[in-house]
Amino acid sequence: MPQMFTPTPTLEPSGPQTMTLNMGPQHPSTHGVLRLLLEIDGETIVRVMPDIGYLHTGIEKTCEAKFYQQTVTLTDRIDYLCPLTNNLCYVLAVERLLGLEIPPRAQWMRVMLNELTRINSHLVWLGSHALDIGAMSVFLYCFREREDVLRIFEMVSGQRMMTSYFRIGGLALEPPLGMFDAVRKFVQRFPSKVDEYENLLTSNPIWMERTKKVAYISAEDAIALGATGPTQRASGVDIDLRRDMPYSSYEKFKFKVPVSRDGDVYARYLVRVQELRESNEIARQALEGMPEGPIKADAPKIVLPDREKMKTQMEALIYHFKIVTEGFPVPAGEVYQAVESPRGEMGYYVVSDGSPKPYRVHVRAPSFANLQCLQTMCDGGLIADVVAAIGSIDIVLGEVDR
Amino acid sequence: MPLAPAITDLEQLKDHPPLARLLSWNANAVESAKFDRDELTIVVKRAAIREACAILRDDPALAFNFLADITAVDWYPNEPRFDVVYHLLSIPRHKRVRLKVRLSGDDPNLESITSVWPSANFFEREVYDLFGVRFSGHPNLRRIMMPEDWEGHPLRKDYPVEGYR
Repeated sequence: MPQMFTPTPTLEPSGPQTMTLNMGPQHPSTHGVLRLLLEIDGETIVRVMPDIGYLHTGIEKTCEAKFYQQTVTLTDRIDYLCPLTNNLCYVLAVERLLGLEIPPRAQWMRVMLNELTRINSHLVWLGSHALDIGAMSVFLYCFREREDVLRIFEMVSGQRMMTSYFRIGGLALEPPLGMFDAVRKFVQRFPSKVDEYENLLTSNPIWMERTKKVAYISAEDAIALGATGPTQRASGVDIDLRRDMPYSSYEKFKFKVPVSRDGDVYARYLVRVQELRESNEIARQALEGMPEGPIKADAPKIVLPDREKMKTQMEALIYHFKIVTEGFPVPAGEVYQAVESPRGEMGYYVVSDGSPKPYRVHVRAPSFANLQCLQTMCDGGLIADVVAAIGSIDIVLGEVDR
Repeated sequence: MPLAPAITDLEQLKDHPPLARLLSWNANAVESAKFDRDELTIVVKRAAIREACAILRDDPALAFNFLADITAVDWYPNEPRFDVVYHLLSIPRHKRVRLKVRLSGDDPNLESITSVWPSANFFEREVYDLFGVRFSGHPNLRRIMMPEDWEGHPLRKDYPVEGYR
């Protein structure tokens, strides 16, 4: 049984030699507003006590007051580095509640954009993680490519970060002209850019010194403490929801799931960098195999009609008015939909009571659970390793606090 | 893909291994079960939740070794008021199951499962913070999202969203 993680923020030292050090919530390496109380013996960590909730905005409560479609915009704000993954997870949950069938083109688009989102999120992680540890130039390289991804998001949705591009029943709009060309250019160029990052870091002796055998966590501990995603796979647990419990047509794509057994910061770095390449490969397959056809399900009472139809058809106008003003009722029931977000298992538990507003939306946030590993990772390490450990589990505080 | 009606008859659901395992352990511990939208829900008696989790985790044929999530739903003003919902995942078998405990509004407390999965720590604290459901045996049951001196539990349906008057 791993050491129970009991974060009782207290200034009382547990031994005669220890002292308490406050880190955050404004510390640059805590990636937002994470506050840690460290109990230290000299430079050695005795206890790590996270104090979270600084960014709690009550999104789950707000969802209960919105129509199902309006809730999509709230899901963006939960994990602001991978908004499209949140969108996807939520719309999949509601689509399962409704029993909707999504046309293949919409599914392929969703897969492609999700993998670009994963690249976007991992690039922010790589840049800021390297910056925390002291490799400053990687940050600039990563944000150069991230800019390209954000431009693609801007093309499809008009927004760089809070995209809200997925709709219950499909996509918001047909992707614009030139968007596929932009993606094609990006996926062709990107593998060589990953080589550039790896040239800077993978066999860099300073980088290895700072990350190898640092913040180790075993596979058993990772499972017991609820870690998912790259944090778990770097400890040797071979599970990826995209491959093992596929959703949105992921079973039709070929990709490898990188796994490492080392369980340290370096292993988590390697796993994520490999994931960058695999995501790029999935995006390329989605682009090449992109089917033609509609982008919205055939469900006039749920999916908004085309603008053109509204000008010529009475029914379309009525449906549009009804969906916008009254929403659409969703059959009573409950669904837990999980997707593989860049940080791990993201789950949406949506409960419907048959009304047009969700009765309860709960988000299983991967960062929230991953954060519990911090005590086990940092136990007996140095203060500087805490920074490496936080970076390596890739927390997003918007998601931790919701 | 039209919706199939939910199956709630225990006899028909006996083929599902997690339910069969729990029934063979203690048929009285299972209140009801439901199979809806490809998801199995087992409603467990309050006193049995910790042992039910341990059994599902330790059975090698089921191997529900991962606790994905704990949350709650408030059905105010109906009774039993709270559903505490556990989502378990079997990493080797790629299966999920949902356990549920129904709690009355005047005595919302149940046993903590932190001794089965340490990861329940944060999840139970969150449910306690936002719903006011108490978990006995939890090592550190304090608020996690809201400030320590906050009044009330925000995700309850009778929580005044516009403030107390």
